[in-house]
Amino acid sequence: MSDWLQHLPILPILVPMLTGTLLLLSSDSRHAPRIALSLLAVLFQLTVALALLAQADGQLASTWPTSIGVYALGGWAAPFGIVLVVDRLAAAMLLLTATLGLAALVYSIARWEKAGVHYLPLFQFLLMGLNGTFLTGDLFNLFVFFEVMLAASYGLALHGSGGPRVRAGLHYVAVNLLASLFFLIAAALIYGVTGTLNLAELPQRVAALNLGDRQLFDVAAAILGVVFLVKAGAWPLNFWLPAAYGNTVPPVGAIFAILTKVGVYALLRIGVLLQESGVAPAPFGGTWLFYCGLITMAIGTLGVLAAQKLDRLAAFLVVVSSGTLLTAFGFTGTLLTGPAIYYLISSVLGSGAFFMLVEMAERNRQQGADLLAISFEAFGMEKRHDSEHPDEMVGVAIPAAMAFLGLSFVSCVLLLTGLPPFSGFVGKFALLGASLASLPHAPLLHVGLFIAGLLLSGLAGLIALSRLGIRVFWDMQRQSPHLQWLEAGPVAALLVVCLWLALLPEAAMAYCAAASQSLYDIGAYIHSVVPQPPPPEIPQ
Amino acid sequence: MEAIFALAVGIMAGAGIYLILRPRTFQVIIGLSLLAYAVNLFIFAMGRLRHGAPPVIDPRLGSDPALYTDPLPQALVLTAIVIGFATTALFLVVLLASRGLNGTDHVDGREPEDE
Repeated sequence: MSDWLQHLPILPILVPMLTGTLLLLSSDSRHAPRIALSLLAVLFQLTVALALLAQADGQLASTWPTSIGVYALGGWAAPFGIVLVVDRLAAAMLLLTATLGLAALVYSIARWEKAGVHYLPLFQFLLMGLNGTFLTGDLFNLFVFFEVMLAASYGLALHGSGGPRVRAGLHYVAVNLLASLFFLIAAALIYGVTGTLNLAELPQRVAALNLGDRQLFDVAAAILGVVFLVKAGAWPLNFWLPAAYGNTVPPVGAIFAILTKVGVYALLRIGVLLQESGVAPAPFGGTWLFYCGLITMAIGTLGVLAAQKLDRLAAFLVVVSSGTLLTAFGFTGTLLTGPAIYYLISSVLGSGAFFMLVEMAERNRQQGADLLAISFEAFGMEKRHDSEHPDEMVGVAIPAAMAFLGLSFVSCVLLLTGLPPFSGFVGKFALLGASLASLPHAPLLHVGLFIAGLLLSGLAGLIALSRLGIRVFWDMQRQSPHLQWLEAGPVAALLVVCLWLALLPEAAMAYCAAASQSLYDIGAYIHSVVPQPPPPEIPQ
Repeated sequence: MEAIFALAVGIMAGAGIYLILRPRTFQVIIGLSLLAYAVNLFIFAMGRLRHGAPPVIDPRLGSDPALYTDPLPQALVLTAIVIGFATTALFLVVLLASRGLNGTDHVDGREPEDE
């Protein structure tokens, strides 16, 4: 049994890879077995992620000496071989990926999977890339998994095809290819200067550098930081994001909600490693990141207010949540990290549910209805149904589908703008509390700006969502859309998870705090990955 | 050797960046390819430029590391070439799809109005 458990960390990568390959090889005509296989694979990943989370949290017996699991690929020890590292944060991200993946997959079975070819294999490869990114302990391996994830995401972004989608996809692919090239430059430069690509070995090598090499390393780290900021959708590197996310098919938009958080995760993971071992270069933390995040938040908020379509609004909400996270990580002190992880989980689940909900809500509406409605509003050309035919409006039965959509929409609004009783409120509340608690150390200006940004972005989201919500749901001329259980179920499930996170926040909050604590305990991380001091450098 | 190498990397990277900033999709893809070549050469150079040193252990030479060049950047560059090639091919498909669907090879999918 323990032999089997020992190989647990590799499964989140192997299972989607093998499933994806099998799906590629099987013919499209075997529809039911393909879907069953995809679902089974994602369910299995969910189970593995749960087991890893329990192991990292010490609830399940593991063979790991500490709370950090290290899996040596190929059996080579750390400085020479490539390792996978599971700690609390990585396990939480794995669980988040699997949960969101399951919801998006179930949703797409209903109709979207058939909108193009190779949806199911690409979906598995995307999950493989995501899981690999969260698990890897090696810089170049991080690049490889980023590429796996991006290559799959290029395919998924174009799923369903069509002019606007391909146009947005073109920008998305070009920007990310460029970012990948920068990633390669940074990784190569870091290897050239320090002689290692292992994340755990990096800090001590950096500390031993002389001044000239140190400056080169700082350049490399800055380039690396810029790459992660592109992925995270930070201003001014995020102009591709709203169009690309807003134009995808809904389940893809839902799973893309976690893609920006990959950038945030990498920034946090590597930033903390560098920060705790000395001075971290600018993009990895401090005042610079704080203001970058704050501007991202502001731009996202303006975008939310300006958006005239719900899917574009959802994309800007993703930008806002990225900005909030970057601001929190740029904050002085480490108090905000725990709540920020909680906020990350809640916002990813919320945005995922929202992307799927938007499409259901928009069904049966005429094209461009939002645009018309807003121009009517702006020019005071409101049509007055109610005064002309008051009697017809009384006692109209609400169809079940509309009731479900309305309720889910209100829940999503509450969740994404941070109002009770959903987890968005708990997350924002904890962030506000933590920022106030770090007051003596953090400048008052930062605390004030952070609180203002957080509250204003929530308010703007509420205004924009209510305005568009009124237009979408109080539309007299539309018929009630037909929903399938497969479509309504995932949205409801994600919302229930968020509600559960909010109603019983102690366990989740405690876990996030522990995750943040073990993240900052880089001594333990380095010690678990590289147990013995590395051999002395070979003179060149 | 270093100067020529650095010049080659610099010129290709410069040309690549110029082309990426151009408005036609074909220019962008050529720019991305040129930049990818520059980056691949750069990765290769990060293992230090050595002439005539093998990257794998040769029984006749013995096991003194000073006689060998660093094999890791060569492995990295192979991976980078494969990935870069695949993603560029994918970009080419997107480019063609965009040309077919939007009827123009402008990166924004429509011709600028002042032309």
